[in-house]
Amino acid sequence: MSAVDLEAKIPNNVDLKNDKRLLRALEKWQPKFREWWKEMGPSDYNTDQIYLRTAVGVGKGGWAHFDYVKMPDYRWGIFLAEPVERTIHFGDNIGSPIWNEVPGEMRNRLRRLIVTQADTEPASVEQQRLLGDTAPSLMDMRSLFQVNVEEGRHLWAMVYLLHTYFGADGRDEAEELLERRSGNADKPRILEAFNKPIESWLDFFCFTTFTDRDGKYQLASLAESSFDPLARSTQFMLTEEAYHMQTGENGVGRVLHRTGELLAEGKDPKSVGAMPLDLVQRYVNAWFSVSMDLFGGEDSTNAAESFASGLKGRYREGDGIYKDPKALAQAYKLEVPEGNRLVEQEIPLRRAMNGLLLDAYIADCKRIVSRWNRDLERLGVKETIELPSKRFHRHQGVYADFDFNPAGELISKDDWAANVDSWLPTQADREYVASCMKPVREPGKYANWIGPHSVGVNEQPLDFEYVKFH
Amino acid sequence: MISFHTHPDQYRHWKFQVEGAEARLSLQVDPEHPFSDGYELKMNSYDLGVDIELQDAVQRLRFEHPQVKVLVISSAVDRTFCAGANIPMLASSTHPFKVNFCKFTNETRLSLEDASRHSGIRTIAALNGLAAGGGYELAIACDEIYLVDDGNSAVSLPEVPLLGVLPGTGGLTRLVDKRKVRRDLADMFSTLVEGVRAKKAKAWDLIDDSFPKSRFDEKIGERVAALVESNPARSEGPGITLSPISPRETEGGFRYEYIDVELDTPQRRATVTVKGPSGKQPTNGEEYLQAGDSSWAIQAFRELDDAICQLRFEFPEVGLLLLKTSGDIDTVLQVEQDLVAAKDHWLCNEILAFMARTIRRWELTGRSLFALIEAGSAFAGSLFELALACDRIYMLDDPDHPCEVALSPVSRGLLPMSSGLTRLHNRFLAKPDHAARLAQELPRVDGPDADELGLITVLADDIDWEDEVRIAIEERVSLSPDALTGMEASLRFGGAETCDSKIFGRLSAWQNWIFIRPNATGEEGALVRYGHPESARFDWRRT
Repeated sequence: MSAVDLEAKIPNNVDLKNDKRLLRALEKWQPKFREWWKEMGPSDYNTDQIYLRTAVGVGKGGWAHFDYVKMPDYRWGIFLAEPVERTIHFGDNIGSPIWNEVPGEMRNRLRRLIVTQADTEPASVEQQRLLGDTAPSLMDMRSLFQVNVEEGRHLWAMVYLLHTYFGADGRDEAEELLERRSGNADKPRILEAFNKPIESWLDFFCFTTFTDRDGKYQLASLAESSFDPLARSTQFMLTEEAYHMQTGENGVGRVLHRTGELLAEGKDPKSVGAMPLDLVQRYVNAWFSVSMDLFGGEDSTNAAESFASGLKGRYREGDGIYKDPKALAQAYKLEVPEGNRLVEQEIPLRRAMNGLLLDAYIADCKRIVSRWNRDLERLGVKETIELPSKRFHRHQGVYADFDFNPAGELISKDDWAANVDSWLPTQADREYVASCMKPVREPGKYANWIGPHSVGVNEQPLDFEYVKFH
Repeated sequence: MISFHTHPDQYRHWKFQVEGAEARLSLQVDPEHPFSDGYELKMNSYDLGVDIELQDAVQRLRFEHPQVKVLVISSAVDRTFCAGANIPMLASSTHPFKVNFCKFTNETRLSLEDASRHSGIRTIAALNGLAAGGGYELAIACDEIYLVDDGNSAVSLPEVPLLGVLPGTGGLTRLVDKRKVRRDLADMFSTLVEGVRAKKAKAWDLIDDSFPKSRFDEKIGERVAALVESNPARSEGPGITLSPISPRETEGGFRYEYIDVELDTPQRRATVTVKGPSGKQPTNGEEYLQAGDSSWAIQAFRELDDAICQLRFEFPEVGLLLLKTSGDIDTVLQVEQDLVAAKDHWLCNEILAFMARTIRRWELTGRSLFALIEAGSAFAGSLFELALACDRIYMLDDPDHPCEVALSPVSRGLLPMSSGLTRLHNRFLAKPDHAARLAQELPRVDGPDADELGLITVLADDIDWEDEVRIAIEERVSLSPDALTGMEASLRFGGAETCDSKIFGRLSAWQNWIFIRPNATGEEGALVRYGHPESARFDWRRT
């Protein structure tokens, strides 16, 4: 494919047509990406017209363009947020110029960060590839595909960095991103949470609420990076990520709304194929806890090193909300299990960077859950959804080898075994949820287990034909 | 900068005499002229200045006096041969200086053995008095050791009991590996401060023989005569004259005719560019004789040798040396084909042996070494051997600016590593057939083929080249210099060991470790407390 073709196919603000290195790399990679999409993306819908948003710039007003497009023809683009004059604003090198090239000594660490982030993007597309078959409405189906193509674009954003700044190694890594497969025993995705299929739409909405929100916080900490191309790339990704999280929050919200309506009417949700509250709670418990694991250990020298060297900042570090930009003066209080109780330990703040980011994430999740609960309350439902403790069901960090109940109390293995079925989704739950997943493809209509959207996409009506099947 | 070149007329510490087939080096250290201020060179003890003269003398013997068959090393000081390296000098030196001093003196001792092995210059240590520490280590680097039997003179390695360090110039290794002294006797010897006198020294194989003082010179004379008799001459002479080598300082570094060193001190690196031959080069022994020291093969390597020493001593913070070459591959190949064809000529033999020593000095330098092969380079033969000695080789793959690498017959064992292996064998330890085939076929190849053959580390095209190299460099210079020194030394010298390679390996590992331990160089360490009224205090924990 020629440079002119690539330039036409790939919207960008990185002067692609004059970047020999990038053009050369993309000439090889782009066809492989399309093959991967056709095989591992939502492949049953390759020929259908989807009403999708395409990023065409980074300006505040008109960065996105909406139109019907066949997904394999989607114009995945490369965008960096506008540059701003800045110096390094945290860690050991405060005040030094930001890096427009990768400093050699940071190469491996930075590449690892980028590859790990990048790997989650195609992974989630793979995890969700069959969900189109059971979409509860056309607009939900469209939302799924929107999320999918944009995760694809985020892969592009990261591959751009690998191609532009990491030479032959970067190109190899970019190819491997297309070779690993979610859930494949031989070539699994890097992070465990991205290796289990997203079986149902309830899973999908929980995933976009909780797991994509981990992505938001990871991206936000990378958006502070001293490596400016990474910072600007992730800043723009955050703009798109907001939609994905909204899809999740809104999706779970509509599930709960439907359940709330039924409960208010005195009906058992299960009697009409909707989702009982306790079942939704178990899904929330599962997805919230597995997403917390993505933050890594609360006490981490690796995270300290990334902060010290200026690769990853704290959430909103650049807004000046932290008093000590070196993070050397303070300590972080961490409750650590010791024997059969929790003991408060102080660790140097830098080592607690993962823990800090996790705290910000949890606060965010709490706000969402309380919005869901307000809606339930409005409907007259007394029960609520509760976010479990950060200690519950963890497989990473200081709580990993211990059992905690959702309230965060240390419990015995026996206690855990006796109660796990009321805390985490059971086989029966999964089967029940699967039985509810019936496709609805008439514009404006919804499956019985979920409420309707309140507004359409891009000011279109709810009964707009968001997907045109061929 | 330090001058590593001198001339017998300027020697302060050695008397150098050549008479017919016999050369004599007599040590008479001028205590008032140490290399640096702050210590006196008592008891024929030596420092870098003394050793630079020794190194110069051995080098001149090989190039300027081809008729010499025997070298006698003795002392012009009564009852003292040599008390070894000067202790106050060692105690007051920085760690990098100490290490490089030891390395240089080791290379000089090895050059004595090399002269015996490759030029047939038999060496005799005529110990007319005490040979302690580095003094005995100088003796043990000679082919034969004779000690005066005066009831007083002894050989000793008192470093361990006296100074809390090791004999750092190969003494321990040569005891057991070269002289094959029984290990328990070597243990006894190495912990005896006063050393061992003639009778026991002979019994323990520490010396070859001893003679009474009255007959010492006579007996040495007899031995010299016997060796002259039995040893074929390299040549009737005359040899060539080695003129002084000195770098000219430039804005960014220093340069010679064939070597350019560009320093980037803030980035802790230097680029060493070796120019290939230009102009007409000698094609046989006679023409080399006529050309004197101006032929590329001699001058370029003398300059490189000097540049390496400068970099080691004067620029300790330059952690990464980037090797580049320029010139014409054909010319390098021609020069080396001619040299190898004429290697039975004593001078061509010397040139090849000197190339080998210089490349070993490069390889034994405790800095990261990267070769960068770009358009216009001349990585052929000996220059490609320099690249093979590097930790990594980066090669540009650009059809618009083609570049090649080429092997020449020098890679067939004429430029051995200190381990005795060829660099091809060392590189392909798992594939000796491949190494042998390369040595047989001597390929001349472009980047992709060089990559295929395993001759380079990273092949990068024109688009990647600059970034790939920049990142590799920045990454390298950010790593711990100590860990790099250890890692590189471990990886460079895979495969079999020889006495030579063991000496350097043990110097790099044991001696350098001991040098920085408080038991040697702490405030109460043995090296620091030597000569002071208080005795050393040790941290008694063993590892």
